[in-house]
Amino acid sequence: MNGALAIAKREFRSFFTSPIAYIVLGGFLLLSGWLYFSTLFLAGQASLRGFFGVAPVLFVVLVPAITMRAVAEERKSGTLELLLTFPMDDWQITLGKFLAALGMVAVALACTLPYAFTVAALTGPGPAFDWGPVFAGYFGLVLLASAFIALGLWGSALSKNQIVGFIVGIVLCFAFYFVDKFAPLLPDSLAGVFEFLSVDYHFENIARGVLDTRDLVFYLSLTAAGLVLTARQIQATRL
Amino acid sequence: MPSSMIRIVALTKSYGPTQAVKGVSFEVPKGQVVGFLGPNGAGKSTTMRILAGSINPTSGKAFVGDIDVTANPVAARKLIGYLPENNPLYDEMMVVEYLRFIADVRDVPKDLRAARIKSAVERCGLTQVVSKDISQLSRGYRQRVGLAAAILHEPDLLILDEPTAGLDPNQIVEIRNLIKDLGREKTVILSTHILSEVQSTCSRVLIINEGRLVADDTPERLTTSANEGGNTLHVVVGHRLGQPMDAQAIRTSLSALAGVSAVEVAGDEGTGTLGFTVRYGTDDVRRVLFDTVVKNDLVILELKRTQVSLEDTFRKLTDARRAA
Repeated sequence: MNGALAIAKREFRSFFTSPIAYIVLGGFLLLSGWLYFSTLFLAGQASLRGFFGVAPVLFVVLVPAITMRAVAEERKSGTLELLLTFPMDDWQITLGKFLAALGMVAVALACTLPYAFTVAALTGPGPAFDWGPVFAGYFGLVLLASAFIALGLWGSALSKNQIVGFIVGIVLCFAFYFVDKFAPLLPDSLAGVFEFLSVDYHFENIARGVLDTRDLVFYLSLTAAGLVLTARQIQATRL
Repeated sequence: MPSSMIRIVALTKSYGPTQAVKGVSFEVPKGQVVGFLGPNGAGKSTTMRILAGSINPTSGKAFVGDIDVTANPVAARKLIGYLPENNPLYDEMMVVEYLRFIADVRDVPKDLRAARIKSAVERCGLTQVVSKDISQLSRGYRQRVGLAAAILHEPDLLILDEPTAGLDPNQIVEIRNLIKDLGREKTVILSTHILSEVQSTCSRVLIINEGRLVADDTPERLTTSANEGGNTLHVVVGHRLGQPMDAQAIRTSLSALAGVSAVEVAGDEGTGTLGFTVRYGTDDVRRVLFDTVVKNDLVILELKRTQVSLEDTFRKLTDARRAA
């Protein structure tokens, strides 16, 4: 575990030495803020529902942008060979990369907390601002981001080209986001399957404040699957 | 048994249809400094990577301090300090940050960390550049950073893959001295193209060609074996009075000397000088050669004993086309 933490620490710091982190963070905050606040006053409802509505689709781009370098850059610069000779099991490399990216997503989410405080302050007289859905929404976003990170890492582990990593990440994340969007057109039995596969469907459940184990299990299995594939891809370098 | 630091048994490694290492076996006792020689693509790096644990062998075994590197990789890697070929580093980090990261990853105990980093920095002459970004460093300094990272956890075995590649002559001497210094307390295996490096730093040479070990000896003995028990003199003579000379006649008179095995005319530029290559056995023929030359009314302009170097041995052992 120490090895994973050491890798995560280095990786997390390295985000801030390249301009990518600032561009990605800035882009995310700008887009989410604009999309959220432009509808907030029209709806006239003091909630973060608008933000939680756009965040998943923004994550489809944000998360692969964070993970695209993770393994690809190490492969390209040759430092992957160093990682492979450190005294730690291979899964620690993957876990370290995962934790660093999760840390980065946490920074992005922390930057959106002012939205919540702003809206809470705007709440008119009457019932107090309801923080329950806000906590649930953020919790759901962390779960959703974990799954996206795991998928994005696998994309990055495929080659030494970070653009390939970015595109594979976006395609996978988008597929898991979009899969239920045409469910209403399908027969009920199929629609259920497609809905279960959708990260957005499960996120909406959690954001409503309903914490169902089915949603948790879905996110955790998708994350685990992505991480296992990533670790295997890194391990294949040894062959 | 614990006296051997490296033991490799019938090691092979295939990349798809090409076999990079074809059954290499050798053993390195503790404390030895071994040079690993071979042309590009001979399998040096592959063998070193298997030892260091970054790739798995196709078959065969590799042990580091009696630990099987495939069965117990994490324990084996703890004993090793490794400088990969091309010395990959995290360019965006400062030298000291990088060394701290290595200390983290290598699990150097917290209370020893600062002292270990300090001693590695001093040993590798990095004091001036600790707070510089690695991307700003010259190749020589980069190499030192790689070495400092490799010795930070005080490993028993150092694996250095082409530690002096791409350095200028001054930097090469510096790195070589550093390796010599490290070799006093550790087992070192280093690969190189530069044969004089092996002669000056290593007590043993392994030559690998096309995935097979072709020589395993001390640099001195490899040099002598290439001489085949003979020595070579290069002589340039001129006529004492500047008169024309008969190359064949001189050649015959030199060949007649006791101890000389062969004489070849090496240069006749018609400028009043003649060159000869004289091969002889173990007896020194320089005195009699001098006398003979003088007796023939000639003067010696140049007399040079050429020693067959490790380079010739290397070329002889690794030139497959000539052997075929």
